[in-house]
Amino acid sequence: MAPEEAAVLVSRISRRFGTVEAVREVSFAVAPGEIFGLVGPDGAGKTTILRMLAGVLAPDSGELRLDGIDVRAAPEQAKPRLSYMPQRFGLYEDMTVAENILFYATLFAVPGRERRERGQELLRAAGLEPFRRRLAGQLSGGMKQKLGLVCALIHTPRVLLLDEPTTGVDPVSRRDFWAILYGLRESGVTIVLSTAYMDEAERCSRLALLHAGRIQACDTPAGLKAAMPGALLAVAGTDPRGMHDALAGAPGVQGLLLMGDHVHVRVDDAARRAPELRASLAAQGFAPSSIMEIEPGIEDIFVALLGAKARP
Amino acid sequence: MFDRLQAMLMKEFLELRRDRWAMFRLVVPLLIQTLAFGYAATFTVRHVATALLDLDNSQASRGLISRFVATGRFNIVDVATRASEITRDLDSGRATAAIVIHAGFARDLANGQTAPLQVNVDGTNSNTALIALGYISQIVSLYESEHLPTIRPVSTMDAVPAVELSLAERPWFNPGIEDTWFFIPGIIGTITLIQVVSLTAFAIVREREVGTLEQIMVSPIRPVEFILGKTVPFFLIGLGDVALVTAFGVLWFHVPFVGNPLIMLLGASLFLLAALGLGLLLSTLSRTQQQAFALNFFLVNPLFILSGFAFPIAAMPAWLRWLTVINPLRYFLVVIRAVFLKGVGITVLWPDLSAMALLALALLGLSVLRFRKSLD
Repeated sequence: MAPEEAAVLVSRISRRFGTVEAVREVSFAVAPGEIFGLVGPDGAGKTTILRMLAGVLAPDSGELRLDGIDVRAAPEQAKPRLSYMPQRFGLYEDMTVAENILFYATLFAVPGRERRERGQELLRAAGLEPFRRRLAGQLSGGMKQKLGLVCALIHTPRVLLLDEPTTGVDPVSRRDFWAILYGLRESGVTIVLSTAYMDEAERCSRLALLHAGRIQACDTPAGLKAAMPGALLAVAGTDPRGMHDALAGAPGVQGLLLMGDHVHVRVDDAARRAPELRASLAAQGFAPSSIMEIEPGIEDIFVALLGAKARP
Repeated sequence: MFDRLQAMLMKEFLELRRDRWAMFRLVVPLLIQTLAFGYAATFTVRHVATALLDLDNSQASRGLISRFVATGRFNIVDVATRASEITRDLDSGRATAAIVIHAGFARDLANGQTAPLQVNVDGTNSNTALIALGYISQIVSLYESEHLPTIRPVSTMDAVPAVELSLAERPWFNPGIEDTWFFIPGIIGTITLIQVVSLTAFAIVREREVGTLEQIMVSPIRPVEFILGKTVPFFLIGLGDVALVTAFGVLWFHVPFVGNPLIMLLGASLFLLAALGLGLLLSTLSRTQQQAFALNFFLVNPLFILSGFAFPIAAMPAWLRWLTVINPLRYFLVVIRAVFLKGVGITVLWPDLSAMALLALALLGLSVLRFRKSLD
């Protein structure tokens, strides 16, 4: 992607807090209409990157461009084009839903008649219309998050930055939330979001896997899966934890991950190792009910990339 | 610019209106403090617990004692029979002052000799002790002058009249030396300062804590617009405070208001700007409301003590006197007392008014600069 085409261009940004290097030389580009996911464990640097993109935190070095505008040099020009929703959106809890929307609409200088129409439209999409007159403090967690999104979208931003938008939100609200995001993508809005949910990561157009302030890998979910070395076997049985420990160090095993009642085993060659693992487990007194090759998930890729040191 | 400021102001007043307790919190403490100060803050000493030991037990000694009782300033709590009882009364705190009339008092007085009289006061509270001693010496000297042998040459032509100094006491501006006249105007400044500084600091720190501050800062609003939006409501509340306590002082405590209300308004406005600057500065130094609370506490007491509200600045050591120069309350107290009691105008008050203007400018400027940085 040529730099001038990117909706979001991040090149070699770094930021330290005291002695901690929160973000180190991070670069990525997001095309218009993409949903770009920043995935990683707590402390990986996701929030710091988003805050720098939003212009509320200055990077120590590097360059940031939104829609071709240098965020550091001309933050006032960038602001009307972007919207940033922190993990906890700042709603005024003793103001009603409608009053919150009106307040943010005025701050972003949305013209009078557009305010009503767009507010109405967004409220409907978020399913919040019946709650217009309710105080924001009396909404449920999911509804608050949706109201935050409505407020963040009232000025029709070109770029939307979301920091863990669905953390602590019930599944129904999460589904509504993603429906709104897909709708936005259709209308050409570029979305950069961070998430700790792996299922949510799979919904993104592209992903950056972050660890300790660095991007470990950056591709589409399919591309990341294809790039994972070796193959993945899912071993099911009555004592997954025991089998997990029993398989450590077996020939051809490159990684192990306990996933509920399964053990995900990364091996160099699935066809050859599957019978070997079954025999090895049987010799140690385990009776696996099934061993089969599966598609790796984002979590498996993460573990494959980082080893055991950074389980998300 | 105007739209965004208007949005901020609308929001502030909306929040204030929704806050059911806001009016209560803003008005009730103000009135209670004014009442408490109006009645309690006084330098007058009354009903001093006094122990008495009359070893002379004569008509003269009883006459002196009745003088003490008649003033109403002394309550005789113990009539002792020996010196050890006096010591016990002072030690236990039962008595603050002890008057001992030694044997031979009446005889010496009649002979025109020095009559022995002893006064012990509990100096723990130095102020009360000093004032009580003052009363006692007044009473004694009056008594003394009445019992001096009045031997005067009556009709000698060549007699030289004795030189007499006559001290005419005429306290200006407060002829009755009423303490409330001194304290009520001072309370206006003190209470307004405390209220406005803490309101401002807490309001901004709360937005930071809740996360709305970050949200607002990603909008195209400028820090100056945000700060104006946050401070204008508190400026108005502060003016309301001043008006309320002034009205209360004039109507309830009958403190005269002889000056020009416009000068009072000017002084109050400059003072409030400085107070807002101080509150804003506090908010940039605190990440949480607890920190703001601690800082506020740390700041308000010295501001109060170093203002001249109760303790004269002229009596402070030089380095403390210098510290009072940057205390806006110091100047406002001068202005407000002058306007209330003296009725003087700008020609006299301009140095204090300009000092407040300078302080307001410096504090507001500094806090706006710091506010930008504190967002990181």
